[in-house]
Amino acid sequence: MKMHRGRIAAAALFLGCAAASAYAQGSATDEIARYRAMLADGNPAELVVARGEELWKTRRGAKNVSLEQCDFGLGAGVLKGAYAQMPRYFADADQVMDFESRLVWCMVNLQGMDRAAVTKNPYSGAGQRQTDLEALTAYGVEMSRGIPVNVPQSHPKERAAYDRGRYAFYMRGGPYDFSCATCHGVTGQRIRLQDLPNIAGNKPDADRAFTTWPAYRVSQGALRTMQWRLNDCFRQQRFPDLVFLSPTSVDLITFLGVNANGAKMDAPAIKR
Amino acid sequence: MNRSRRNFVQAGGVLGLMVATGLITAEEARAQQQAWNKAAFEAKSLDETIKALGGTGTAQSADITLTAPDIAENGAVVPVAVASKIPNTQSIYILVEKNPNALAAGFGIPAGTDASIATRIKMGQTSNVHAVVKADNKFYVATKEVKVTLGGCGG
Amino acid sequence: MPDPMRIRATEQPDGVDVRVLMSHEMETGQRRDSAGAIVPAWFIQTVVVSYAGKPVLNAEWGPAVAKNPYLQFKFKGGKKGEKISITWVDNRGETRTDEATIG
Repeated sequence: MKMHRGRIAAAALFLGCAAASAYAQGSATDEIARYRAMLADGNPAELVVARGEELWKTRRGAKNVSLEQCDFGLGAGVLKGAYAQMPRYFADADQVMDFESRLVWCMVNLQGMDRAAVTKNPYSGAGQRQTDLEALTAYGVEMSRGIPVNVPQSHPKERAAYDRGRYAFYMRGGPYDFSCATCHGVTGQRIRLQDLPNIAGNKPDADRAFTTWPAYRVSQGALRTMQWRLNDCFRQQRFPDLVFLSPTSVDLITFLGVNANGAKMDAPAIKR
Repeated sequence: MNRSRRNFVQAGGVLGLMVATGLITAEEARAQQQAWNKAAFEAKSLDETIKALGGTGTAQSADITLTAPDIAENGAVVPVAVASKIPNTQSIYILVEKNPNALAAGFGIPAGTDASIATRIKMGQTSNVHAVVKADNKFYVATKEVKVTLGGCGG
Repeated sequence: MPDPMRIRATEQPDGVDVRVLMSHEMETGQRRDSAGAIVPAWFIQTVVVSYAGKPVLNAEWGPAVAKNPYLQFKFKGGKKGEKISITWVDNRGETRTDEATIG
């Protein structure tokens, strides 16, 4: 368990517990771990995955084809294991793409959908049904469950994406002068009762950061994707909007993915 | 609606729901809605709820096992499990003391079904959770406090 | 048409273990939308699980059951290969029935 300076005092204050020794360091963390374990069975993400699978296999768009022939880097029609080896370079698009970018690319090029329409509202709002993109991504990542992350760095553009992603991770900006690293580049930090993983410096944290997204976010009441997660980080940092599928988003995902290489995908997960 | 077989059974106990196999008609759906115990779900406190359920009070029981986390990271989804060793358990109810209305869920346990339920409830704030069991038309209760935290980044 | 439930029913030595995930908003009626208006309550009120034409569980729910409800319980006498049926009805009168084979 990590050492948390000040945790005893903070936990005691928060829990209104006079006997600080009753809530020794790490006990709140243990309880939260227990809460998470109790939620592990019966992930509502299964409902979204089921819908995603159905959408995947449905003929849609102007060309009236399904997504089944989409090439995610392992060959046309191969979805199993695809998410675990993305982002990667695609010659036909001459760019590095993460899963969500490639999904949209196939919806546009294979199925004949309009890109602007597809990407207009990628995330569902409170009380709204999950979007098609969320459902399709949920299904896509489910098909990589248990498969080791293997984000390639063989193509020069893949390496460039990683480098830019790392630069973006450490770049300070916005009114708080935050970078991703401010919260996630240090071990032992916490916001309220939330432990902040050190996803740049601690391999297990880096692994979890990549392998457990997309996830059903209980506080959102919805399944959220990696693109959403980064967009929400930018929002909390008071950065400008991280545009859906932007090069920076793909660069950051490349950085996170490569840092998690070797770890087994475990998504969709369930989170607070 | 197309239905091959119909079989209505008046379920016993306080809940008294109509049950059908296969698809149900709009009429049946309306009947189930009407059977829903509005008074119990609109009661505010544990005592009011017990009255609406036809009881006068509750007795503490060590034969009710209430499993819930000490700390729920998010009040929107709190896993709760209740197991009753009290003979002739008819129903299990889950109440959250500080919710706008205490009663979250009630379960009628027919003979042959384990008196043991797991589900997930919403809690508006840190509160006592009461597991109430109706057995032999008497009401029993076990209580546990569940602390609800705020999310880390307000989200 | 509401989304299908995910049902797992497995025969175990001490009974059939049933786990269900239902797709439902379970709106409390306390939340306000971005315009400030109350979003009306919309939640599953009754759930019935049947096996061989008889109820093996009845439930009455309020809006304090979590969104996308999860339910787990066990009943005796069920056999592998047979079906269980689950029906829910919500406060709008909408309903959904799904079946699952005991594995």
